[in-house]
Amino acid sequence: MAKLATEQLEFQEYARRWLEGNRPAPPTVRMPITPLEVMTIPQRDYLQDWQGKVYAAGLVGADYPTEYGGGGHEGFQRIANQEMGRAGTPMMINIVGLNMAAPTILVHGTEAQKKKFIPGCLSAEEIWCQGFSEPGAGSDMANQQTSADRDGDDWIINGHKVWTSLGHFAKWMILIARTSKAHKYDGLSYFLMPIEGHPGVTVRPLVKITGEAGFNEVLFEDSRVSDDCRLDDIGKGWTVAMTTLTYERGAAESAGGGGGDSTHPVQRLVNLAKESWRDGIRASDDPLTRDAIVQRAIVAEGLKQNARRARVPGLCEHPMRLPLQQKVTSSEFAQENARLGVEIAGARSTLYKLDEAAPDQGHWPLAYMNSYGHTIAAGTNEIQRNILGERVLGLPKSK
Amino acid sequence: MSESMPKDYGFGSDEEMLRDLAGKLLDDEMPIEKLRQLVAADPATTYESGQLPGWDQALWKQCVELGWTGLAVPEEAGGVGVKMVGIAALVEEVGKHCLPSPLVATLNATYVLREAGSDEAITWLGRVADGTTATLAITDSTGAWEAERTDVAAAGNDAVTLTGTTYFVQDAFKAEIFLVSAKRGQEVLLCAVRSDAQGVEIRQDHIHDLTRDQATVAFHEVSVAAEDVISTAGAETLRCAWPAILTTVSADLCGTGEWQLQTTVEYAKTRKQFDRPIGFFQAVKHPLSNAMIEIDRARSLVYHAACCIDAGDPEAEKFARMAKSAASDAGRFVSDRSIQLHGGIGFTWECDVHLYFKRSMHNQALFGDGVHQRRHLANHTLGPIGN
Ligand SMILES: Cc1cc2nc3c(=O)[nH]c(=O)nc-3n(C[C@H](O)[C@H](O)[C@H](O)COP(=O)(O)OP(=O)(O)OC[C@H]3O[C@@H](n4cnc5c(N)ncnc54)[C@H](O)[C@@H]3O)c2cc1C
Repeated sequence: MAKLATEQLEFQEYARRWLEGNRPAPPTVRMPITPLEVMTIPQRDYLQDWQGKVYAAGLVGADYPTEYGGGGHEGFQRIANQEMGRAGTPMMINIVGLNMAAPTILVHGTEAQKKKFIPGCLSAEEIWCQGFSEPGAGSDMANQQTSADRDGDDWIINGHKVWTSLGHFAKWMILIARTSKAHKYDGLSYFLMPIEGHPGVTVRPLVKITGEAGFNEVLFEDSRVSDDCRLDDIGKGWTVAMTTLTYERGAAESAGGGGGDSTHPVQRLVNLAKESWRDGIRASDDPLTRDAIVQRAIVAEGLKQNARRARVPGLCEHPMRLPLQQKVTSSEFAQENARLGVEIAGARSTLYKLDEAAPDQGHWPLAYMNSYGHTIAAGTNEIQRNILGERVLGLPKSK
Repeated sequence: MSESMPKDYGFGSDEEMLRDLAGKLLDDEMPIEKLRQLVAADPATTYESGQLPGWDQALWKQCVELGWTGLAVPEEAGGVGVKMVGIAALVEEVGKHCLPSPLVATLNATYVLREAGSDEAITWLGRVADGTTATLAITDSTGAWEAERTDVAAAGNDAVTLTGTTYFVQDAFKAEIFLVSAKRGQEVLLCAVRSDAQGVEIRQDHIHDLTRDQATVAFHEVSVAAEDVISTAGAETLRCAWPAILTTVSADLCGTGEWQLQTTVEYAKTRKQFDRPIGFFQAVKHPLSNAMIEIDRARSLVYHAACCIDAGDPEAEKFARMAKSAASDAGRFVSDRSIQLHGGIGFTWECDVHLYFKRSMHNQALFGDGVHQRRHLANHTLGPIGN
């Protein structure tokens, strides 16, 4: 564990060299902060093309079995992710396919399902979306109203999904639907649902707080899905969904690739503070601002060291204690950074994307607003704190 | 972080065994009932009598026999040479048990002797390995943590005479030697002075922490032999030892913090109101989750700092200051919640959380709180003010 094995070192060297030689031309359009905000076709094409290339180079899906389109290695993906992060190359667009659908299918799928679906998840040839949330089923995810009724070899889906990120570009959806009204949890089943151009499916964009689109509502009216596309047993949907959530919540680590800007988030704040003025002095000379930035640097280092310590069993008495914190800590880190950027920018923080005088092209107010997506999505941070209190500390369950 | 830094912090089975044996020993020998009896048996007189806080000298003797004072002493000087990551783990256990002992003070003095590196220092390291307890006497009356600031003057060339006073000396009544910083012109000397040497006056500070003692130590023309002057570049020596000093205290804070967290969680599971354990309520549950997050951040930073110290990484000071900032702030938060979430009983002498609250409070301030560390760190991150 202490040192990388020779073949891993070789792979690291290879990844580094490949990324140096194949860095894509900068995009001609403004890129979103995370894959959840991909809105336009040029953005999609740019990112889809990139994921296809890194997949072909063996930097995505490196640890998946070769029969499902992977590289068949062990412990390579983490190295590839680190190198992509370090190189600051573009992010992986197929976040749902890569980090949620593929690992879930690998755990619960039939041989045929694994062969059919996993390669497209890795290469981004087929974009996926996640249909878990409904108007009445958010934090209380088991309160699913979307129904799946058996009809011969098919299931007929009726219902309403919301907040479906990437739904407008998705070919497939991981869907949970109710196959029995008799049981709240055991009445759910999990489907790999065709979306794009599929009869009875309507995808409608929803506009976000930032003014950007990027997520959707998806309506199902007597839409059919073959029983071949049911993942795991009828009534096992909740269990399968929990597998997905486990990967989703750890996704930040396995996401692969940087955000396209390799400047460290704390350095961005430092740069901003050096060119912002408050009360006649540079913000970088203001002791309160300095303290606030250093607090961010400490949290940044803490996140990094938590990830490192999580792999040292002797320093982790409870195996889930650090992994379960990651969603809360990383989303709040981003939020607090953005909030501080807004504070430092002062009057100039009022300027948004179109304004030429806006610091960093309006990044700070945009990032701040956008950060709530991450404190809400994938189980709100309130729900995450319940989970930490209950599963790690053993406090009484709230439901 | 340099590429050669071990991914697992260099925390291996030896370090784990050292920690687990220490934890076991302290579980057996310093259960909370005994600690309470030792340091807080008599509420009416504890703060009024002016008595020194109690400690278990027999247990300390056992620790010395187990070689604890020699753990951080390099093998060449007669010690065990345990890595800083192992020491941090041991100190976490000490913090978890709120152990009153000269261990942390002696470790910190050890790191200073190690950095001094002189023949004189190595001789003293050997004595520490054999069980001599030590503490740092380096702080001025304002409580400044900067190495150059000392209120003690040294006169003479080889042998020197010390005059002046040092403040905030940790566990002074348990230490057999003081490592004193003293100014001689522009130089800062570090001298080893026996606590019973002629002219040394130890005045007890009346502190709130019940698990240590602290003193103001005056030197009235104290003679120091040439072989007891361990460094003539004392400011530099202290600066080099500072990361280790901050790391031991941060580890102690992580240990007390974890005990405070677990004890409060246990209470929240058993105490019932409105027909439910109070831990059901999110106003109780969520702060406990937050306390865990803060303690874990501090702990990860402590091991990173320790690992950097072991590797001789030039950024060790930066990471140790990060660790102390995070540990002080985590300590403050979990201390706050540990009292509040116990309700009325938490406000009493009877409830053990106050012992940890006080030790944590003391350690939060010791060698600089979070704000202090961040003021230094800001110079790394943003450059000095006005540049
Ligand atoms: C940017 C973004 C992208 C998303 N993408 C997808 C997607 O692709 N696919 C998908 O299926 N879903 C997606 N979601 C939906 C997301 O999972 C839900 O929004 C989330 O689970 C919260 O559900 P809700 O919106 O119904 O809020 P609610 O559950 O109604 O919550 C409202 C508030 O009440 C609090 N609350 C609720 N229950 C409790 C409780 N027990 N204890 C304490 N507080 C509680 C919540 O924390 C929140 O603050 C996305 C959301 C966002 C913001």
